[in-house]
Amino acid sequence: MANVTGVVPTPAKNAGDVRSRAARLIKPGGTRGGRRRSLTPYLFLVIPVGLLVLLTYVPVANMFFYSITDWDGLDKTKNVIGFDNYVSVFTEPDNLRVFVVSLYYFAGSFVQMALALYFATLLSFKVRFKNLWKGFLFFPYLINGVAIGLIFLNFVKPGGGLDSTLMALGLDSLVKQWTGDPDVINYTLAGVSVWRYMGLNFVMFLGAIQSVPRDIYEAADLDGATRWHQFRHIILPSIRPIVGLSFILAISGSLSVFEIPYIMTGGANGSETFVIRTVRMAFVNNKVGLASAMAVVLLIIVLLVTWLQRRLVPDEEVDIV
Amino acid sequence: MNGVKKGVGGTLKYASLVLGAVLAMLPLVLIITGSFKTDQEFLSTGPFKAPASWTNFSNYATAFTEGGMLRAFGNTIIIFTVAIIGTIFIGAAAAYALDRFTFFGRKAVLGLFLLATLVPAVTTQVATFQIIKALGLYNTQGALILLFTGTDIVSIYIFVQFMRSIPRSLDEAAKMDGAGHVRIFLRIIVPNLKPAIATVVIIKGIAIYNEFYMPFLYLTDPEKRPISTTLFAFKGPYGSQWEVISAGIVITIIPILLLFLFLQKYIYNGFTSGATK
Repeated sequence: MANVTGVVPTPAKNAGDVRSRAARLIKPGGTRGGRRRSLTPYLFLVIPVGLLVLLTYVPVANMFFYSITDWDGLDKTKNVIGFDNYVSVFTEPDNLRVFVVSLYYFAGSFVQMALALYFATLLSFKVRFKNLWKGFLFFPYLINGVAIGLIFLNFVKPGGGLDSTLMALGLDSLVKQWTGDPDVINYTLAGVSVWRYMGLNFVMFLGAIQSVPRDIYEAADLDGATRWHQFRHIILPSIRPIVGLSFILAISGSLSVFEIPYIMTGGANGSETFVIRTVRMAFVNNKVGLASAMAVVLLIIVLLVTWLQRRLVPDEEVDIV
Repeated sequence: MNGVKKGVGGTLKYASLVLGAVLAMLPLVLIITGSFKTDQEFLSTGPFKAPASWTNFSNYATAFTEGGMLRAFGNTIIIFTVAIIGTIFIGAAAAYALDRFTFFGRKAVLGLFLLATLVPAVTTQVATFQIIKALGLYNTQGALILLFTGTDIVSIYIFVQFMRSIPRSLDEAAKMDGAGHVRIFLRIIVPNLKPAIATVVIIKGIAIYNEFYMPFLYLTDPEKRPISTTLFAFKGPYGSQWEVISAGIVITIIPILLLFLFLQKYIYNGFTSGATK
């Protein structure tokens, strides 16, 4: 961190001198304010970097500190208690259960990617009303998360749209207490997540597929390649990086789930996720120390996953920013 | 579909598209029909039964006035406007410094921004909350504005990438004419960033409009809260009045639907350009 704050206000003499000398070479009469010129980039960066440090790096550093204390969020004193909070994150059954819940969402993300891949492949060939289908499949992603939660509370409530549809199809035996039964609830919520995010995956996959030049498909057609061959040998390789990225992001994504389960159930009935529990510990139970330890664990998992992704998927192929 | 005749394949193709579209839209359609029902009707008729009157807007009136949605739109617009202006200037300033100057620490600054993209906001709020409180911004719209402006690294990257395509000869020419850096920034750089600004406004606009976690944590005052948390509050007093909640949901979705219908191309591009090269 020292390095972070030190970099901003101290312009290095050498680099600045070289630059202004170069500028003088290019531009005659450029001697005016050689020093001021070297300060300019720092002036433009003061606010962006200041906010970055204040709102991202300071919280991360504080979080590491809080996580080894018993702080309740209000007290003036913070007692350092070592790694007790971390032990509790990994040993208390209630804390461990949230990891299990995330597995439902992780499994859901596979369903989501399979569906996205299927529809992206379908719509990369000639289809009537292509834009209409694309719009229907993508639009859910743009809907407000609160609206989605409420839409599905209405849809899955007893006697709601889902039950009515199943009964109309003669599938009465499949009717369940979608959010009332602890054995079912996480499937329901993961299903809503799939509904919400499938469209984004689909549009990304479709974009990657369409970045393949058309004449490759035409050549394949001339060579008598079937649709399956085209999928296997042209489409799949072209989207391999983005699919790989999505798979790996699904790990951190499934641990970061918050909105849908919080809005629909508040974490009741065994649907509590990692982030819901963290928020509850920090802001309801006043266990900021424990909540920070949980947040640190999540952060470390996310960083590990990203590191893994960089190792497995080379940078030139995928660039998330 | 190997070996399947074209006709069968075509039917299957359209059947699965229809099924996908129905699954995507059905829960939404039921909310729309429900929003036109009276409370009695909502309880006594099945979800697929059409409302008795398609012009029964009384639930919408309740949602707008008693539910406070009108005020919520006002609050969202204020937060969005200030945050987006801040984001544009911060993003453009950072991109200008990083792309047009070579200076000591440039790599370190780039690294700081890159590393920050890996830190998910959900994880750090436990500690960010203390900073917002210390700044005296808790329960103000300033908290959201500051967080939306100061933690948006993706926008900075969009600006940095776009900055590369603005010819340096433009700034050089202005410099020849004696323009200073601030003048070059305001007169040359910002106007030429328009396409990037459009992308950021659309993507960030949707993100701010849909954001729930931040206002949920930082802005509990009913007078000041934006659309997401206002709609969330419907769960309490209208818990059993699904027709009013339905109207609230439809009101929340309409602006995004209109935006999507008019700016489809930009929205698709905005969401995919970041992900694929």
